[in-house]
Amino acid sequence: MQATTKLLAVDGDSHKTSRPRSLLQETSKVSAMEIRPILATLRRHKLTAVLLTLQVAFTCAIVCNVAFMIVHRVQRVSMPTGIAENQLSVIEVLGTTQGTNPQAQQATDLAALRAIPGVESVVATNGSLPLSQSSSFYGVCPTMQALQQAMQAQALGTACAQPGKYGGSSGLIKTLGLDLVKGRDFHADEFVNDDDPPVAIISEALAQRLYPGQNPLGQALYTGAKNPIRVIGVVKTLLAARLRMPGTDYYTMIYPQLPDDAYVFYVMRSAPQDRARVLQAARVALLKVDPSRLVPASGIHTYTQIRAQYFQRDTTMIGLLIASALGLLFVTALGITGLANFWVGQRTRSIGIRRALGATRGQILRYFQTENFLIVTFGVVLGVLLAVGLNLLLMKHYELARLPLWYLPVGAVALWLLGQLAVLAPALRASHVPPVVATRSV
Amino acid sequence: MFAYYLDLALRSLKRTPVLTALMVLAIGLGIGASMTMITVLHVMTADPLPGRSAHLYVPHLDPLPLTYQQPETAPEPNDSLTWPDAMALLRAHRGVRQAAMAGGTLLLTPQLANLQPFDITGRYATTDFFAMFGVPFVAGSGWTSADDAARAHVVVLAESLAVKLFGSENPVGQTVELGNNGSTPNGFRVVGVTRDWAPRPLFYEDTAGKPYTDADKFFLPLSVAVDLKLDFSGNMMGWGRGSGNGWRTSPRISWLQFWVQLDTPTRARAYHQFLIDYSAEQKALGRFQRPATNAKLYSLMGWMAHENLVPEDVRLQFWLAIGFLGVAMLNIVALLLAKFLRRSPEISVRRAMGARKRDIFVQFGIESALIGVAGGLLGLGIAQLGLWSIRQRPDDYAHLAQMDPSMLIGTVALAIVASVLAGLLPAWRACRVPPALQLKTL
Repeated sequence: MQATTKLLAVDGDSHKTSRPRSLLQETSKVSAMEIRPILATLRRHKLTAVLLTLQVAFTCAIVCNVAFMIVHRVQRVSMPTGIAENQLSVIEVLGTTQGTNPQAQQATDLAALRAIPGVESVVATNGSLPLSQSSSFYGVCPTMQALQQAMQAQALGTACAQPGKYGGSSGLIKTLGLDLVKGRDFHADEFVNDDDPPVAIISEALAQRLYPGQNPLGQALYTGAKNPIRVIGVVKTLLAARLRMPGTDYYTMIYPQLPDDAYVFYVMRSAPQDRARVLQAARVALLKVDPSRLVPASGIHTYTQIRAQYFQRDTTMIGLLIASALGLLFVTALGITGLANFWVGQRTRSIGIRRALGATRGQILRYFQTENFLIVTFGVVLGVLLAVGLNLLLMKHYELARLPLWYLPVGAVALWLLGQLAVLAPALRASHVPPVVATRSV
Repeated sequence: MFAYYLDLALRSLKRTPVLTALMVLAIGLGIGASMTMITVLHVMTADPLPGRSAHLYVPHLDPLPLTYQQPETAPEPNDSLTWPDAMALLRAHRGVRQAAMAGGTLLLTPQLANLQPFDITGRYATTDFFAMFGVPFVAGSGWTSADDAARAHVVVLAESLAVKLFGSENPVGQTVELGNNGSTPNGFRVVGVTRDWAPRPLFYEDTAGKPYTDADKFFLPLSVAVDLKLDFSGNMMGWGRGSGNGWRTSPRISWLQFWVQLDTPTRARAYHQFLIDYSAEQKALGRFQRPATNAKLYSLMGWMAHENLVPEDVRLQFWLAIGFLGVAMLNIVALLLAKFLRRSPEISVRRAMGARKRDIFVQFGIESALIGVAGGLLGLGIAQLGLWSIRQRPDDYAHLAQMDPSMLIGTVALAIVASVLAGLLPAWRACRVPPALQLKTL
């Protein structure tokens, strides 16, 4: 066994080719013994083996981090908003008819939009929707004392929060499809057209942040406005208009607030397949109310489009990350296959001799598989260290979280599998070298 | 000899066509990806005003109270100036030219019956804006400092807007109705028409804008914008008590950009000292609280670096591409090394017959260079494809992703450098194969 495997190790060096005594030790069992001659071979190809090891290491390091970034982005892109996303459409209108006040205008518009077949409900908003980017964030505190402290320190501190604020006309909760888990919806007489409403509905996340362990209903929100705002309801989930910091993105509140601007956004709810038609009809209906107003084409969207636009960069990035990870793995697999091919070609004669001396095909096959396993193992060990280093570098320069350690073994296993897959074809070729090759001269 | 080596290299590559193709593909992908991202970074950080940029500076003051805490996601308030500070720097007149400015979006009501009112974006500025930035005029000129002082209702239009409004008529002397959306417009007399001019990036805009797509369609005196309380678009950051409707002139709200032209480094140093002195004076008056030495003077390119125009994702994509190129190169080195060393017998024969080490080196160098050139050409194609795909993205900078001649030359140079580097080590190892030993085994 010893001698025949050593034969593979010679590769153009003829000094140590014969040691007949060890022929007696030939066994059919493949054991850990094989590793030593393989190491001897690799030592002879030190530079090539080191290069391949480095390639595996860099691939392991980059792919582990890229995979982590992909998972991170996919989680971001799939954040639930809490609203009936695939049933909503938004249309923007600029300007009011001369001589009408905004609220009267909105009432007329709402009636016109409600009359469109397929529209289940419609509300007027100031344009803020989850992930719509147009947003207001207000500092709120659970007590007057906390508010004063926050004003003094010009910082939120531990008690207060800065939730995203939404507002809209009557029926907002129902139209958006929000899940009201506690309390009630707004009453008609609670709607205001300034920033000073008597009551508000808040998200469950905000309720837990401001009033931990207490019933949020009936609590007061201190915003610095004239009067504190009473919490009358809690919705299960409602995402902010912009993602700012993980952990605070679900801090949101809804005001019973009518848009008081020349800009109004009407949100309509309909069956998903009706959205395109409803938007067309809405544009016609709004221009019929007053042809001099602007209904810009850039302000007509289904909510699905709004969401896709918000995450457009992330989806591009996910595509690029996946492509580069696959590209790297492909190039590395190519390197392994190419190199194994060369080595098989180079050692054809040695393989033939070994076969002539009684080695089975399986032994030859396993020889190359073990050799690959060793190289990839060195690469993976180095790669794991590099992966952690690269992650630290990325954490320093980019807003990336710490790489969870379980990515490392997964990456290692993936590279082992890739290596075995890449070496299989050349190794099979080697195992089919007939013993008769030994008798031929080069 | 070169032709002979070329022939040898081609024969050698033809002997392993699949492997050669894969090596070319790997290096092509690496170079294509890197060049795509290098080009994107190149256009994003390009000098917006070649020839003038070296003399343009941004004064940076720190009027924030000691207690101010910078929220993580908000822009820094002291990246813009307050009205009192901007006016003080203007009056001091320490630069060759200086101008304060801010962005604005207004509703334009055309006199032509067939045109609907529409929103346009432009800039409120002071008189030196045009001369300092070298804005090219096609008719008329900018306004005078007397116009600034008198709050004259004058406007400078971009050529495309002038043509849209007045067709072939001479726009100078005409009146344009501009105002906030929802309020009665004011008449502005056209005093000049500029060529459609937008440096890339639009360096004088604050971080709220889109520096690669925004373009100013009108310019009017800042004093008028403040006087008429015209709508402002950009970052408006306040600290301490708000001042309601009069926020524009508040000493605690920053919203203005300020640029100054200083022709020599000595003058720049003197101006920096002036800013420190000004801050010390304000501190003595009790308006500033932080150290006077916080005052800075940024050069134009330094300011662009400070504003951090290149998004994190783009930088990450750049490093990903470079990492990919690195792994692809390691791969090529390993494969070439294995390939060359497999031909050790051939090398031995040539060496024994009198070839010098140098000849062997050149022979194998040419073979690797051939792969590099082919990979470079493929990379050029892949980079064009990559840039095309970037141009399809809806990002602000996407339309700029084009290769200029210098980048084309750069791509070819990178390909050659990469391939020569990749071929260097294998060729060096090949030329060190000793002649005698190999002959013995034959």
